[in-house]
Amino acid sequence: MSGAAETMIDVRVWRGAGEGEYQAFTVPRRDSQTVLDVVTWIQRHADPTLAYRFACRVGVCGSCAMTVNGRPRWTCRTHVSKVIEDGRLEIGPLANLPVIRDLAADMAPFFDKWQKAEGTFVPSRTRHEPLERISPESAERQAADAAIECINCGVCYAACDTVRWSPDYFGPAALNRSWSLVNDVRDAGNLERLAAAASNGGCHNCHSHQSCEQLCPKGLNPTASIAGLKRRTMQAYIRGEIT
Amino acid sequence: MSAVRLYVWQRLTATLMVPLIAVHLIVIIYATNRGLSAAEILGRTRGSIAWGLYYGLFVIAASIHGAIGVRGVAREWLGWREKALDRLMWIFGTILLVLGLRAVIAVVGT
Repeated sequence: MSGAAETMIDVRVWRGAGEGEYQAFTVPRRDSQTVLDVVTWIQRHADPTLAYRFACRVGVCGSCAMTVNGRPRWTCRTHVSKVIEDGRLEIGPLANLPVIRDLAADMAPFFDKWQKAEGTFVPSRTRHEPLERISPESAERQAADAAIECINCGVCYAACDTVRWSPDYFGPAALNRSWSLVNDVRDAGNLERLAAAASNGGCHNCHSHQSCEQLCPKGLNPTASIAGLKRRTMQAYIRGEIT
Repeated sequence: MSAVRLYVWQRLTATLMVPLIAVHLIVIIYATNRGLSAAEILGRTRGSIAWGLYYGLFVIAASIHGAIGVRGVAREWLGWREKALDRLMWIFGTILLVLGLRAVIAVVGT
């Protein structure tokens, strides 16, 4: 495509931090163009001061999530053709997080909540002991694997109504990670993890709206993970292991 | 009060209320279809230990369930702190319990 025949996209991009406004750009339409391509085109050809974040460009690193036409998306794997509405794109930073500048959201609260949810592996063996043999077919391993492919992009966190209403809520990603570890037979930190999941920021905040499941770019189902945590925390409570 | 404790009590009372609500609805439909007057209904319920236990249990379950629910709504919509939420829950639950038990006494008392 070139010259007068070129199709253009009307793009509105968020500029500023907490206070700011959408700025209009006209970007040439390309075949197989992703939303990240559009943002990159703007920075390279229209305004080099545009701040945004990306790294791998192939859906592995989870850096490039933004709000596209009102919904959080991983922009490197989101084709413009899938999300464009009436020839327009509105691109903003991820919701439910502070904005550093333009399209770059501050991910610190998101990762702080992973820590609060005890989302780190606690080994049950030392390096001096032999490796534990885990069958990939075992029910526990399959349950752990079902939630493990998270790339920490923050799409579910930005999509979650409950995070918006309850700033203390850990959110779908942290609890999904927690559920993966709860099912990991090699892990020794479940009591602390279930106590965290049962705390005020934990799994009982979830209303099962399932926006996380609908928008997760990896096709994970954090709502199901959180439902699992509700069951396990209830069992632990009844057994008197947590209060 | 811890989130898991509230969750357990709310689910427990919900489970308890499922059959209670079903019977309650059947009774309402039966009473209206048969065109029973207030005096006729009271004639059947007054002095009945069974109806007293049934609606007494219903009121206790509904008070606990409703109070925890209102606490959750206040937490999300009003952003209250835990202490204030617990206070609201106990006050609201107590009001429901008193009003409900008063009604039960009026229906089954002789």
